[in-house]
Amino acid sequence: MDVAFIIETIAKIVVILLIFSALAGLGTYFERKVLAFMQRRLGPMHVGPYGLLQVAADGIKLFTKEDIVPQNVVKPIFKIAPVITAATAFMASAAIPFWPQFTAFGYTVHPIVADINVGILYVLGIMAIGLYGPLLGGMASANKWSLISAARSAAIFISYEVITGLALLAPLMMVGSLSLIDINNYQAGGITHWIVWSQPVAFVLFWIAAFAETGRTPFHLVANDHEIIDGFGTEYSGMRWGMFFIGEYANMFFISFVISIVFLGGFGDGTIAGAVQLLLKVSFFFFFFLWTRAAWPDIRPDQLMWLCWKVLMPIAVLNVVATGIVMMF
Amino acid sequence: MHHEEVFTDRNVNESSAYYYVDIENYPTTGWDKFKQVVKRTFSGELFVGLWVVMREMIKFDIHTVQYPMEKLPIGPRYRAVHKLLRLWESGYERCIGCGLCEKICISDCIRMDTRIDENSRKEVTEYSINLGRCIFCGYCAEVCPELAIVHGQRYENASEQRAHFVIKDDMLTPLDMLKAGQQAEYPGFGAIIPGSDESVKKTPLAY
Ligand code: SF4
Ligand code: SF4
Repeated sequence: MDVAFIIETIAKIVVILLIFSALAGLGTYFERKVLAFMQRRLGPMHVGPYGLLQVAADGIKLFTKEDIVPQNVVKPIFKIAPVITAATAFMASAAIPFWPQFTAFGYTVHPIVADINVGILYVLGIMAIGLYGPLLGGMASANKWSLISAARSAAIFISYEVITGLALLAPLMMVGSLSLIDINNYQAGGITHWIVWSQPVAFVLFWIAAFAETGRTPFHLVANDHEIIDGFGTEYSGMRWGMFFIGEYANMFFISFVISIVFLGGFGDGTIAGAVQLLLKVSFFFFFFLWTRAAWPDIRPDQLMWLCWKVLMPIAVLNVVATGIVMMF
Repeated sequence: MHHEEVFTDRNVNESSAYYYVDIENYPTTGWDKFKQVVKRTFSGELFVGLWVVMREMIKFDIHTVQYPMEKLPIGPRYRAVHKLLRLWESGYERCIGCGLCEKICISDCIRMDTRIDENSRKEVTEYSINLGRCIFCGYCAEVCPELAIVHGQRYENASEQRAHFVIKDDMLTPLDMLKAGQQAEYPGFGAIIPGSDESVKKTPLAY
């Protein structure tokens, strides 16, 4: 392993960290604005032009707030839980190709930290570890709301993770590789080669599971404000709470990348046009997360589990079986 | 379904706007539950919701009032912090010290002091309202025969002291404001009805 490779990798990691931390902040801005417009409000308006500096104001607030560790919490676990959420979200991004490879100053850059051959498996696995953030944070908080939230996150996790895996299985059978770059190149032939046309059911299932994965409305059960206050975040303050937040928003971006790459052709043939298309697709999926939050109600945890186990899982299994039969003949 | 409520008739009868919402019985058997889920899944209601919020976003019909910069108009009869008015022509205080407001105030929060001045005219030396007790009922303004104590339109009452609004010097229209014509006549409780000038007979001043 030569020095140049190490330096390049570190540079990529830093860039990804900076960009997605900033995007997580901007994401909150867009979320507030989009929700406001959909509800005939204006959203943040006072900090900076059109409230653009609200993100900075929030950042300053979160960073300078007192870091309160309540008396009866299990202190080491309470302190480490937010780090798990934020860290796993960013670790998952290591195997995601954000942009086709390009040449700058005679140096070819691969905008992916590690093109490992089990890419998608790694991404989903690490994202799944992110569950320990809410789970441990909620259990260590010595707060009943947090405890309920932790219980819910565990119950929901088992439910949607089955759907995610089974839904992805069918496209992966067709591609024959777990690397996200291979999956992307499989669809490089243009819009007709997108996996969404051959696997529409898997696409919808994975999309639904993505809502559960990121904990967004209509599956916003883990921190459902009107039932369990802020769930696992109730006892957190300042930057610890902010890390949960960054993790959640970074997760939304990363899962949007995964959906776009696996089902909607990713960056296509790797030209600039394809790369811009990828960003547009990601923006759409991110916007859809906000859109549903304005339009849809939340469902109960038992309804979510019912949906996952009794409806989506059979469909996913049938989809895998059907794909297998079609591929055999 | 858009439904205008008839506010004058709140009784439930045939002609009123109340109506019963059709609620089907909950499904009991598994098969019925399944059918309900299928019906709801494919009826597209979720997409109606998406469409409605998207439509509002595109119409961009914002209802927000950006408060410190924009303010909604308040009704003329709004009862905010009190004011003492002056006579338009002479600039004298309207209050004749009759004490009716002090008497009628149900919270007993008006306190005043009077004396007979050099011209044998009753002068109000102290006049204050304890805003901590005032319930803004408007009786003082209604009972005042001179339209001297009225309710202003000033509802932003941030100050270091409650007393800052309601000692006599704060309530009384300053003379320069009166000269600039900035004293607003009060159209609310107990004010003169519009067109009352015509119905008043002139008293001859000189015999
Ligand atoms: S508004 Fe009512 S309570 Fe207040 S000073 Fe006048 S009479 Fe008293
Ligand atoms: S009722 Fe009017 S005139 Fe009489 S004391 Fe009160 S403010 Fe003055």
